[in-house]
Amino acid sequence: MATMYDSLDAVKAEILNCMKCGNCQEVCPIYLEEKKEGAVARGKIKLVDAVLKGDLEYTEGLAEKLALCLTCKACVKHCPCGVQVDKIILAARSALVKKKGLHPIKKAIFGTLKRPGLFNMGMKTGSMFQGLAFKKHKTLNGAYPRFPFGLDMRRIIPPLATTPLRNLLPEVIKVDKPVKKVAFFTGCTMNFIYVDAGKALVDVLKANNVEVIIPKDQHCCAMPVLAHGDSDTVKEMAKSHVDLFSKLDVDKIITACGSCGSMFQKHYLEIFEDNPEYYAKAKKIADKIMDISDFIVKEIGLDESKLGPVNMKVTYHDPCHLNRGMGVKDSPRQILKAIPGLELIEMKHADRCCGSAGSFSLTHYDLSMSIHKHKIDNIKATKADAVVTGCGACIMQLGDGMNRFNHNVPIYHTVEILAKSYAAKKKSEKSAS
Amino acid sequence: MLSQNILNELIKIVGKENVLTSKEDLITYSFDGTADVPHILPDVVVTPTTKEQIVKIVKLASQHKIPITTRGSGTNLSGGTIPVENGIVLSMLKFDKILEIDAENLVAVVQPGLVIQRLNEAVAPYGLIYPPDPGTVTTATMGGSVSECSGGLRGLKYGVTKDYVMGLEVVMANGDIIRTGGKTVKNVSGYDLTKLFTGAEGTLGIITEITVKLIPAPKYRRSMLAIFDNIENAGKAIADIIKNQVIPATLEIMDNVTIRTVENYAKIGLPTDAAAILVIEVDGSVEQVVLNEFDTVQRICKEDGATQIKIANSDKERDSIFAARRAALPALAQVKPTTVLEDATVPRSKIPDMLKALDEIAKKYNLKIGTFGHAGDGNLHPTILTDESNTEEMERVHKAVDEIFKVALELGGTLSGEHGIGMAKAKYMELQFGKEGMAVMKKIKDALDPDGIMNPGKMFGGN
Ligand SMILES: Cc1cc2nc3c(=O)[nH]c(=O)nc-3n(C[C@H](O)[C@H](O)[C@H](O)COP(=O)(O)OP(=O)(O)OC[C@H]3O[C@@H](n4cnc5c(N)ncnc54)[C@H](O)[C@@H]3O)c2cc1C
Ligand code: SF4
Ligand code: SF4
Repeated sequence: MATMYDSLDAVKAEILNCMKCGNCQEVCPIYLEEKKEGAVARGKIKLVDAVLKGDLEYTEGLAEKLALCLTCKACVKHCPCGVQVDKIILAARSALVKKKGLHPIKKAIFGTLKRPGLFNMGMKTGSMFQGLAFKKHKTLNGAYPRFPFGLDMRRIIPPLATTPLRNLLPEVIKVDKPVKKVAFFTGCTMNFIYVDAGKALVDVLKANNVEVIIPKDQHCCAMPVLAHGDSDTVKEMAKSHVDLFSKLDVDKIITACGSCGSMFQKHYLEIFEDNPEYYAKAKKIADKIMDISDFIVKEIGLDESKLGPVNMKVTYHDPCHLNRGMGVKDSPRQILKAIPGLELIEMKHADRCCGSAGSFSLTHYDLSMSIHKHKIDNIKATKADAVVTGCGACIMQLGDGMNRFNHNVPIYHTVEILAKSYAAKKKSEKSAS
Repeated sequence: MLSQNILNELIKIVGKENVLTSKEDLITYSFDGTADVPHILPDVVVTPTTKEQIVKIVKLASQHKIPITTRGSGTNLSGGTIPVENGIVLSMLKFDKILEIDAENLVAVVQPGLVIQRLNEAVAPYGLIYPPDPGTVTTATMGGSVSECSGGLRGLKYGVTKDYVMGLEVVMANGDIIRTGGKTVKNVSGYDLTKLFTGAEGTLGIITEITVKLIPAPKYRRSMLAIFDNIENAGKAIADIIKNQVIPATLEIMDNVTIRTVENYAKIGLPTDAAAILVIEVDGSVEQVVLNEFDTVQRICKEDGATQIKIANSDKERDSIFAARRAALPALAQVKPTTVLEDATVPRSKIPDMLKALDEIAKKYNLKIGTFGHAGDGNLHPTILTDESNTEEMERVHKAVDEIFKVALELGGTLSGEHGIGMAKAKYMELQFGKEGMAVMKKIKDALDPDGIMNPGKMFGGN
């Protein structure tokens, strides 16, 4: 059986399921900006259908249309027929790459990402990636990208950490009498940019008596590669991860980003649909994947006696792949609501995409920012002093958006707030004793 | 194919970004919400943002006799936005402003590209609503729903779109702009052109401004679900509720095929052996009246043999009752690749006859037909579950559809209660109106659109 990444036929049933009712128009962030049928789910489905029926070739125009999707799954959640639109889009992008080849520059980048032993190199030394991709912004604490292939030059990207998280922390972090043993999949953003959030996550696990392994040989989850349709590279990267994590004897594998989590939970399985050996291994790993907030709430149990006050008014942004991908939306809120002194103010459309979608924000900067503007407006309306979310790519987009739309409040990962609360408790206990 | 000159003219009028000509773009405008109709590509998709642009486009089209198919959100169910003779698809989605909310006079003025729900959101702070609520209220446009004269779940008590359209501005086929009706409740000056353009499906002109009536939002509501083990009893309950002078806001029915499909799809605990389920909601601004009416409805359902009644005691329970009804179409659509949704409407008292006839038609042609709909106003949606690629079965489907319309007309009904004629039902029009009736309509059409450039191929079939 061919996988959906090898043959479009595998998504035929999904395509047939679409009754063209147009309900997806209500929620598709891209359609709401563009107001064009080619931008909404049913239009893109119709195009893939046309390819399958032989009415349309694998054209440049088709590639442009298929690029217009954040894979935010808002349509999937909303669709009365349950059409898995993102599956159709990803399969079609893969088919396009197979037919037309990958854009030479993307090929170069993904090539570096996948070469064995070089998985990490892409960003490991920091300087290598940074030297290639970013130049420091003069006044802001950020950098402009300088890829030569039409990336928008205005985007502000935070500087890479001088030392990545995985070099900063030991590979195994022992605790006394551990209640659980977990592996931590850091993802790129926590490893290379939001190192503090990564440290906070480890602190939180330690505070709950959890032993943590941070496998050194882990690398990018391959979501950006999958999003561009380079499924052969995804396969190699997935294999390497499956091999790596199969060797570990852990209760759970913790992620702190919905996209990384979804890759392990869902897309690796899709990739190995035609490979029973790897499918079985990947399935075992998929079953162990858990988002950090879900792990704390559902696996460990939120211990309120550990929580000290964090006096802040915050609002929470739902990352698409965390919410609709992994189904995690209550746990982060439960954590925030349990923290004394912290007030959670819900924003309008908290679950609408921030427009980042990983590299979409690089390739379609203006559109990405006009989608993001609504997010910032909704954040402003809550008058919160900080934004909390559960995904590094969203934090990056929010940072850029705040800059652009002049709203300057700090952005935290959920786990950072939890770590703050633990620290506050510890501090008050110390001063009491 | 349009000449490059004409395309250049269009670009001059609306700008390059609002003129789409790539094959990929055109394919995405070759269809709408309708199943079992051909998909046809336009030559160009033009998206105007001002009235002046629309006038210029129409004048250009009129000069070169280029067909114009006006399009809102393309959710209609009668092939109304399929560009049968190619030409221009005129997308109204960027012409979508609310021009005025006059809360004192209970009136709003909007541009046609506005999504219906945006109007409701804008008038909610004044305690007002715009009642017409087709299932697509969060996607369909004001222009599209006025042009189809859409109904919805509240039609029985609150009426349909035409009951709320007070005035229109229309660009005619020659580029003239006319205004009809106005803001006053009473208005008998001249022919009622507002009604003529409401439900005209874009075949007489392009609506560029809509003045609608608003009403105060009802403050109280009570909802329930009543289960019946035979159709006659359900039909009797429908008739008896109205006979007892209760007009529910919602009075919806689902037949056994629909119930079983919904249950299989949503697993919400519906009794799969039931013959019919009614979803009933009464509402109003005086609590006691609402409660009294609700008691009456309950009593009647019991007297007429409802085997079970489920009352919604919270908003959440209400949502789940309505979710069952709303799941009807999507659930049926899951069963087979193609869902042919009809819209034949009969007088309320004939609902049991119609349901029985549908059952017989399903048997006769060996087809699966699920029926649900707005029982209170006799507007049923018999839904044939089939597969477009099965030519033999599609032949039976078409025969069954012919028969459904024949029965509906025999029972004193009509071809379409709310979805419109479009291209899908054009061939049945003469059956309902006779040669003479069609001749009158054709004369009106020819007088207003002599070159036949306004949405050709609809309402009258191909010329
Ligand atoms: C799942 C589903 C449920 C539905 N439920 C209901 C329901 O409960 N009740 C109901 O009545 N309908 C229902 N419909 C049908 C449809 O949603 C309505 O007819 C809707 O009002 C159409 O609006 P639109 O903006 O999509 O119009 P479109 O489909 O774009 O256009 C409809 C017609 O209007 C014309 N038109 C559009 N704009 C203009 C304009 N500015 N000037 C002149 N002509 C114009 C078009 O040419 C076309 O003939 C449903 C459809 C679906 C898919
Ligand atoms: S909501 Fe689902 S079924 Fe409806 S048009 Fe969109 S993808 Fe198709
Ligand atoms: S996944 Fe998101 S961006 Fe893509 S079609 Fe669906 S709603 Fe639109």
